[in-house]
Amino acid sequence: MDKEEFISELKTIVTPYTQEPEALDHISEDTDFIKDLKINSANLVDVVLDVEEKFGIEIDNDAMARMLTVRAAIEIIEDKLAASGRE
Amino acid sequence: MTAQEIVAKLPYSKPFLFVDELLQIDENGAVGTFTYDKDLDFYKGHFKDSPVTPGVIMTETMAQIGLVCLGIYLYGDSNADMKAHVMLTSVAVDFMKPVFPGEKVTVKAEKVYFRFKKLNCNVVMTNEAGETVCKGNISGMVTAKLQS
Repeated sequence: MDKEEFISELKTIVTPYTQEPEALDHISEDTDFIKDLKINSANLVDVVLDVEEKFGIEIDNDAMARMLTVRAAIEIIEDKLAASGRE
Repeated sequence: MTAQEIVAKLPYSKPFLFVDELLQIDENGAVGTFTYDKDLDFYKGHFKDSPVTPGVIMTETMAQIGLVCLGIYLYGDSNADMKAHVMLTSVAVDFMKPVFPGEKVTVKAEKVYFRFKKLNCNVVMTNEAGETVCKGNISGMVTAKLQS
């Protein structure tokens, strides 16, 4: 999966949790879930749970704490997929 | 932690405590009751001539029993210096029947998930006839607060 595909999947996941259509339209690796998409910490948990389900991975507390931007999310997903031998 | 210990840890008091008894608590859910005293202040204004329990109060009752009691239980007594603080983050409730002054309600909560400090529960409130008066999904963040 390339970066664009990851961003597209993440866009689908965050859509129900944001009321910032403009930021969503311009989603990129630099997008910050809290600052740009105005997702609160409680809904960020749901984003992470949806990511786990979509990619079949488990995200631990440390990864959760780092997962604040689209870039960080992609890195974490790629790492977890690589660790389980599914790149 | 026993049900009594949990009730003792609740951060509410009259007139905003909406838990009389916590009948059952385990890692998957909680059951509790509350009787709306007919002299509760809000009945004077909701509504002027026909008192009915406000939906926000029923929601609060569901949250105190279903989310806060369960959150305190799940947080456990792992750290004696800190106590659990539960902050409401979202609510979606459907209301089926009115609850009048003096009625006793039972709240049953089932944990959907408790991860990254977020507790999400499905909660149902029934009246004494066993009819569902409202039900929904409530979630909150369970955080630690220094013992005062």
